[in-house]
Amino acid sequence: MRTLTRAWPDSTLARHLLLAVLGLVAVLLVLQGVSDFRRFQLAEMAYLGIAAGGLTVLTGLNGQVSLGHGALMAVGAYTAALLLPDRDASVPLPLVLLAAAAVALAVGAIVGVAAARLHGPYLAGATLALAVAVPGIALYFKDTLGGEQGLRVVLPEPPTWVLDAAYFVTGQDLTTSGYVALVGWLVLIVTYVLLANLSRSRVGRRWRAVRDDEVAAQLAGIDLGRARVSAFVVSAAAAGVAGAVLALSVRLAAPSSFTLTLSLTLLAAVVLGGLGSLTGALLGAALLTFLPQVATGLGTDAGLSDIQAAELAPLVYGLVMVGVVLVAPAGLAGSLRLLAVRRRTRGALSTTSKGTAR
Amino acid sequence: MQQLLNTALVGLTLGMVYAAFALALVLVWRSTRVVNFAQAPMAMVTTFVALVVIEDGASWWVGLAAALLSGLVLGAVLERAVVRPVQGGAEINAVILTLGLFIVLHALAAVVFGNRYRSFPAPFGIRGLEIGDRTIALTATGVFTILAVLVTMALLVALFRLTDLGLRMRASAFNQEVARLLGVRVGRMLTLGWALASLVGSLAGVLIASGSLVHPGFMDSVVVYGFVAAVLGGLDSPVGAVVGGLVLGLSLSFVSGYVGSQLVALAALLILVLVLLVRPGGLFSTTTARRV
Repeated sequence: MRTLTRAWPDSTLARHLLLAVLGLVAVLLVLQGVSDFRRFQLAEMAYLGIAAGGLTVLTGLNGQVSLGHGALMAVGAYTAALLLPDRDASVPLPLVLLAAAAVALAVGAIVGVAAARLHGPYLAGATLALAVAVPGIALYFKDTLGGEQGLRVVLPEPPTWVLDAAYFVTGQDLTTSGYVALVGWLVLIVTYVLLANLSRSRVGRRWRAVRDDEVAAQLAGIDLGRARVSAFVVSAAAAGVAGAVLALSVRLAAPSSFTLTLSLTLLAAVVLGGLGSLTGALLGAALLTFLPQVATGLGTDAGLSDIQAAELAPLVYGLVMVGVVLVAPAGLAGSLRLLAVRRRTRGALSTTSKGTAR
Repeated sequence: MQQLLNTALVGLTLGMVYAAFALALVLVWRSTRVVNFAQAPMAMVTTFVALVVIEDGASWWVGLAAALLSGLVLGAVLERAVVRPVQGGAEINAVILTLGLFIVLHALAAVVFGNRYRSFPAPFGIRGLEIGDRTIALTATGVFTILAVLVTMALLVALFRLTDLGLRMRASAFNQEVARLLGVRVGRMLTLGWALASLVGSLAGVLIASGSLVHPGFMDSVVVYGFVAAVLGGLDSPVGAVVGGLVLGLSLSFVSGYVGSQLVALAALLILVLVLLVRPGGLFSTTTARRV
């Protein structure tokens, strides 16, 4: 009854679901009001956000750095591409997304078992090798994976009920990019609800315990290896789904989409937003999506050539990454929260000290 | 037979470069406990400096000197300005920091030097040497590469074993507190360690670039191979880094020659994972209790 009498529910699940519904409404409203190009960008933000969310769980909650998430996205994208070769493909979209998650999860489990024994720089180096190695596999198996050109992805027709529902809600016909963006954001919301609940659950507490103090966690009866592998696997599945959404959005799975730069910028997004905060991951994804255009525009105005100006965005990511580590290790969202917590504790301390003062 | 020999020779030359690069990583790791993922872009930037000098009309040797000098300065500046503040903090911060530097240097190089492939001259011939009536895969530049790395290693060994400065550097790498109590200026030694590592990395960069193409991303895979080589050797041992580099160069050359060049990075990943699973401390580690 209490949840009904108060506007903000107490149960974590109910709170997250309420947020998800609000988010979905906001997404529908935004998608209706923007141009097709913006919808394409929003789809990009969605898949970067999904991958960054997964990485946030791994890096922020479990303290493992992965540079291999670009490679895991490639796994998801290629799975989607193999399942959607032409228009007659009868594999429904939810199944494609689940398959992408499952294959990435399997790869993540293999890597995760190896990674569970590593930490810090060793793990970063191993996953760096993964990021560099995976595009080579697509080049080597040219016949099935398409080599340098990659595999074309054919977007299945949206089901009629979706089109009808979209028309009913927004009063407009759903364009292809609108459909892709809608799918991307739906997946993002579902993934974030799952991740948010997981990180609030017993599993998430274990991950954090392992991150904060290995020895203490072990003494408390936590299996370090299992906690690390499970965090890696969950995060890999998110990257796989993100890869599938990417494949749907750009209609192509090619090695050139999954460079080392992608993995590094994903890490940048997570660091920018604040390690461990899903809101921060979404913020970081928004920066990754919308900053390049702004930075390139500023660069060309300043007299740089197009190619040079295109490098300004990564320059900003890198500088902010270095700056965040030096100045605010908790990231943007984390630092703000820290500030709030500090103010609250200071307030609490001053009242108690007044109370006990003679 | 011919192919076997040629593959081995190519592997030997490559292995020497990986060894130099791994040595640079080990130097940094020993002095500051940081794996410098930005080593590759740092070497890339100094190689571009050499290219600019050479394209300006100077000889290859002046270019090399410019690269080494700029490497020395770049390493020292980065250590003082960026790495020092995160020393002693969480391990993950240093990793993220060097990765951030990776992105920054990459983007800066693309803005300043352009994003296209440019050819880099070689100091000697790049055609295979002829022995009898056969041409083998070892080039004059390749011979020079091997010699240059060997001389560098000998100089480093001499520095660390024979000089007072080397002793002080070893002391600060071994135990900062004790070294400081004994009057060693530990901060300076750390800066010097980074500068030296960056110099060795720059040498590796110029050697890889010679007779080949340069591009802001041309060293990216080398950081992976250098890291794998360093881990093979245990990340702590300079000898291990050299042996690891040679082993890796040879194995990758055989993978490239007999399986497919696309799978080289995958092979490096497999070797890395195998080594870490079987001997987490690396093949040459002396510390047994370290947890990886």
